[in-house]
Amino acid sequence: MIKVSGLTKDYGARRAVHNLSFDAQQGEIVGFLGPNGAGKTTTMRILTGYMPPTDGEAIVAGYDVVEESLEVRRRVGYLPETVPLYSEMVVFDYLKFMGELRHIPNVDDRVDEVLDMVGLIDRANGYIGNLSKGMRQRVGLAQALLHKPEVLILDEPTLGLDPSQVVEVRELIREIGKERTVLLSTHLLHEAQNICDRVLIINKGKIVAEDTTENLQARLIGAERVIVRVRGEADELADAIKQVKGVRGVETKDDGAVEFEFASGKDLRPEVAKQVIKSGYDLLELRPLGISLEEIFLELTGSDSRKK
Amino acid sequence: MRTIWTIAKREFDNYFNSPLAYAVALAILLPLGIYFSLIMWVSAEQAFYGGGAPESTPINWLFVFLMIFLSPALTMRLLSDEARMGTLEIMLTAPVRDFELVAGKWLGAMLFVLSLALLTLVYPIIMNNFVSPGIDWKVILSSYIGLILVCSALLALGVGISAVFTNQFAAFFTTLGLFFFLWFMVSLPASYLQEGGEVLNYLSLSTHFSQSMNIGTITLGDIAYYLSLTALGLFAGTTAIEIRRWH
Repeated sequence: MIKVSGLTKDYGARRAVHNLSFDAQQGEIVGFLGPNGAGKTTTMRILTGYMPPTDGEAIVAGYDVVEESLEVRRRVGYLPETVPLYSEMVVFDYLKFMGELRHIPNVDDRVDEVLDMVGLIDRANGYIGNLSKGMRQRVGLAQALLHKPEVLILDEPTLGLDPSQVVEVRELIREIGKERTVLLSTHLLHEAQNICDRVLIINKGKIVAEDTTENLQARLIGAERVIVRVRGEADELADAIKQVKGVRGVETKDDGAVEFEFASGKDLRPEVAKQVIKSGYDLLELRPLGISLEEIFLELTGSDSRKK
Repeated sequence: MRTIWTIAKREFDNYFNSPLAYAVALAILLPLGIYFSLIMWVSAEQAFYGGGAPESTPINWLFVFLMIFLSPALTMRLLSDEARMGTLEIMLTAPVRDFELVAGKWLGAMLFVLSLALLTLVYPIIMNNFVSPGIDWKVILSSYIGLILVCSALLALGVGISAVFTNQFAAFFTTLGLFFFLWFMVSLPASYLQEGGEVLNYLSLSTHFSQSMNIGTITLGDIAYYLSLTALGLFAGTTAIEIRRWH
């Protein structure tokens, strides 16, 4: 449904997107993950026919975004990051206008249907200018869904929503993603983990990783990290754990807990537990620390803010 | 065509949400009303001493003259504001051709001005009742065709300039400057020139209307002039939007 190859976009001398290639199938929700300025919005603007790429090719819903831009635009629903809306218009009238631009038959009924979907039916006759940020976001989403697009491109769809709205919008996206292609960008890692089937991590205009969230975790860790807690003083605990063969990266935390890791595939937890008890400690906790997408992300993008 | 009409309709409705559009309507219709009353009053006085019948075409001249100053206010925000508010991104990712967007904006402004022009039809109608054997409707028709053509050119140029700017006031003053130049200045040197004066006269916004259509003569040259300016404005606007896509 989306097929991008060698996509490049320059703004003057600055290269915003560099030789990007990926694809997305029907019924798939693909997350576009990256820090601000990574090229997410630029890529989405190219895919929606807003701007042409400097180089490369993008096929969306079966049409080339440059050669057959209008065909692409007919089949794509787009929610830009800033959610631009005509604030002087009434919600219903705005959606009706957008529907008429897209030649939707029985546009009034369809607008009601979409307003119901995003939970704004009671604000249909209100001015857009009077809506809260979260409601504006939902008007933008309604606009993107109006023509039942084959491909939905959402730039930071949950930005500025309150927690309960975030849950609702994610639910809605998941529902839509069952039969259509959804490409969404986010800088919230748990959001990507939560709704996306697949994640593309992009930094400085390049894709640095592409996989399902589970595979990304498995691929990147290579080792499993475990935390051990015991009752009372644990001055010698670290030394005791170090004696177990295969254990590495032993570290004592400020609160007395000890962390260590071992190569994936060979679980050393039973050995460590025996060792801890043999050394005379009362074992309180022995728990694997799943690596978060957050860490993967920092690892891949080589960010300086990485905490260690 | 349907897309152009959808955009035009929204823009037309939008004028009635804007205090500026009401101000423009007042600034046109009020002077016209006063002027009409004066014409009627003066010709009534003169009729007593055997003066000629009143004419309503000077009212259309005043309409067009006021449009030079007021139409930039009607077109300034049409595209510049879309760029500023970001709604241009929505329009440019909807299945709308760049030309359709620009033409729709122009048509919306035209509809607003045409509805004002429609209101001014009361003047010749009233006048017709006071003059025997009635006024010359052919001149009135020619005058209104001229008025529509001038407004079409002014609004198209205004929309074209609005597409270039993100700030509506920048668009306003640029448009005003251009109209001022085309109306008053471009033909000024014509009388001092040995040759080429006709070219400058041809370029003037006012001569085709004041000295031609508004006195009942329509030439192909006049029509071509205003239609060319309309096309130029719409083309410039479309090009400006296309260039915007690259940024």
